[in-house]
Amino acid sequence: MALLTASRPHRGSRLGRTVSLSVAGVYFLVPLLCALAFTVGIGDARQTPSLGAYAAIFTTDGLAQSLGLSLVLAGATIVLVFGLLLPALLTVRLAAPRAKAVVAVVCMLPLVVPAVALGAGITTVLRWATDWLYDSPGFPLLAALQEPGFPVILVLAYTLMALPLAYTTLEAGLNAIDVKVLVEAARSCRASWFRTLFLVVLPNLREALLNTAFLTIALVIGEYAVSALLGFQPFAVWTVAISGSHAQLSVAVSLAGLIGTWLILLAVAKSGRSKAPKEKP
Amino acid sequence: MTASTLAPRPVSAGTAGATLEFRGLRRSFGATTALDGLDLSLEPGELLALLGPSGCGKTTALRMVAGFETPDAGHVLLDGADVTATPAHRRDVGMVFQSYSLFPHLSAADNVAFGMRMRGVPAARRRDRAQELLELVGLPTHGGRYPRQLSGGQQQRVALARALALEPRVLLLDEPLSALDAKVRQSLREEIRRLQLELGITTLFVTHDQEEALSMADRVAVMRDGRLEQCATPEELYNSPATPFVAGFVGTMNRLPGTLGADGARVEVLGTGRPVHGSLPGGRRTGAVDVLIRPEALSVGADPNGTALLVASSFLGATTRLTIRLDGGRTVLADVPSAGASTLPLGARVRLGLPERPVLIDQARNEETSA
Repeated sequence: MALLTASRPHRGSRLGRTVSLSVAGVYFLVPLLCALAFTVGIGDARQTPSLGAYAAIFTTDGLAQSLGLSLVLAGATIVLVFGLLLPALLTVRLAAPRAKAVVAVVCMLPLVVPAVALGAGITTVLRWATDWLYDSPGFPLLAALQEPGFPVILVLAYTLMALPLAYTTLEAGLNAIDVKVLVEAARSCRASWFRTLFLVVLPNLREALLNTAFLTIALVIGEYAVSALLGFQPFAVWTVAISGSHAQLSVAVSLAGLIGTWLILLAVAKSGRSKAPKEKP
Repeated sequence: MTASTLAPRPVSAGTAGATLEFRGLRRSFGATTALDGLDLSLEPGELLALLGPSGCGKTTALRMVAGFETPDAGHVLLDGADVTATPAHRRDVGMVFQSYSLFPHLSAADNVAFGMRMRGVPAARRRDRAQELLELVGLPTHGGRYPRQLSGGQQQRVALARALALEPRVLLLDEPLSALDAKVRQSLREEIRRLQLELGITTLFVTHDQEEALSMADRVAVMRDGRLEQCATPEELYNSPATPFVAGFVGTMNRLPGTLGADGARVEVLGTGRPVHGSLPGGRRTGAVDVLIRPEALSVGADPNGTALLVASSFLGATTRLTIRLDGGRTVLADVPSAGASTLPLGARVRLGLPERPVLIDQARNEETSA
């Protein structure tokens, strides 16, 4: 009897897991399979199924430039996010714990600002700044912010948008270690502040840093609204732009991007695990 | 409570330790005063324990030596040189922390070698020295393990090896045993004391555990509310506490009702007079006071006309702890040789005897249980 009562919840939970995983799988996979079918022409009586859309990825004009721009912007955004957040979060931990709530609110605030509103706001500010700075020495700086080859204004906007994600992942990483004790231990071992940061703190935040970088790359590569409103053409804007004339190519690029993102995610997770030592036996 | 049986003191000549001195250290955190003019000095090669209740300022004092806290006033002197403003990484002190502070991403050997790496010691020399130190702390085969693969006691041993790696002038121990279980704690404290004596390193040890302090230290400094109450050898601290606080904090202390004579020099307790050691806190000269007596200083004898009743007895091996209720209602404890205690049945009327030496007194408290 005891055996029966013990096994029932187990079966129930297994069934529940199977059902929920199946539903989630269908929810995610069906649209992807439909997209895949569309890109290769399955189900379209007017064309023969082929991988032409995927082959065209490497030959279509504009893809390399837009993807390259997105990756450069992503790199700059990651640098700026780390440059802003790491000192702030470490200062909160080491010297100003009372500021934690303020930093948390500031970092999470962009979540409640829609990307369209942010883009519209930046457009308005740039227009206003152009009128005011037209004849001043500040105008070249304003122009440099909007240089199409490397639009710094997008880096600033992406940094704002990435703050909530970056804050959450870095905080999780910092929560997993006792930063104060590690810093003091390193200092008592004659390490300068610089060496303490680069030889002790950052290596122990490795996984959090990788996760933050990955999420920032994903955000920048997929971001459309702000870039489009400001008139730049990184990867997401190019994908939408090409969809009018090359619908299959546009979807194929999106699918390839998604798979690439998953591969990066797997690589990040694997590298994080491979460095983690096993627990005490 | 027994004092150390681990090693002779003071430390032998030829030690490598430095002198360490606190001069008028003050530090406040908002409205809280953590240190209120601390003056203290450590001799070369000495192990001094800072003992006191939570919040008494002992950790703050230690962190000032490490360079992690800056005093509002006062100075820290290392070998006579003022290091108050010297950054932590240039102080030449080693520290073992309360929580496990090993760098999780480095193996035990790399943790030990970390300080040498900071100092630019060649890799081969670092490796050899780390291995030597791991052998010294009893972990010769654990160099390749990561902190998460080590037990708490092993982690603290590695932390100790890391702190010793650069041959610091002063070793700081911030309650390094408090997170360990009793058995490991006992063996590690013997290990720490052995190493400290072997290396002759001046050591400041913060603890709230009186047994730890008394068993390990050459001298114990008892702190209260940011001030030094008494600094003395464990024996002196236990046998001749300077203040009622020290008497109550170190070991078990009975509070017997007494009456202070008009001259303030003698006190009447248990029907007999005794000279007073020190003076009454607060400056009052006569009247009701508490007389502070250690359980082992009381003698107990069966007496049908005695003024106390034996209510409980606990066998502790060589001694037996008797719980005795005075006719006034107070309960006191007496530690007597077990052979004599067996002749006293529970419920017997007893007579208490006091030692001949001067006694410490304190303000009277209206307590039923005084021990």
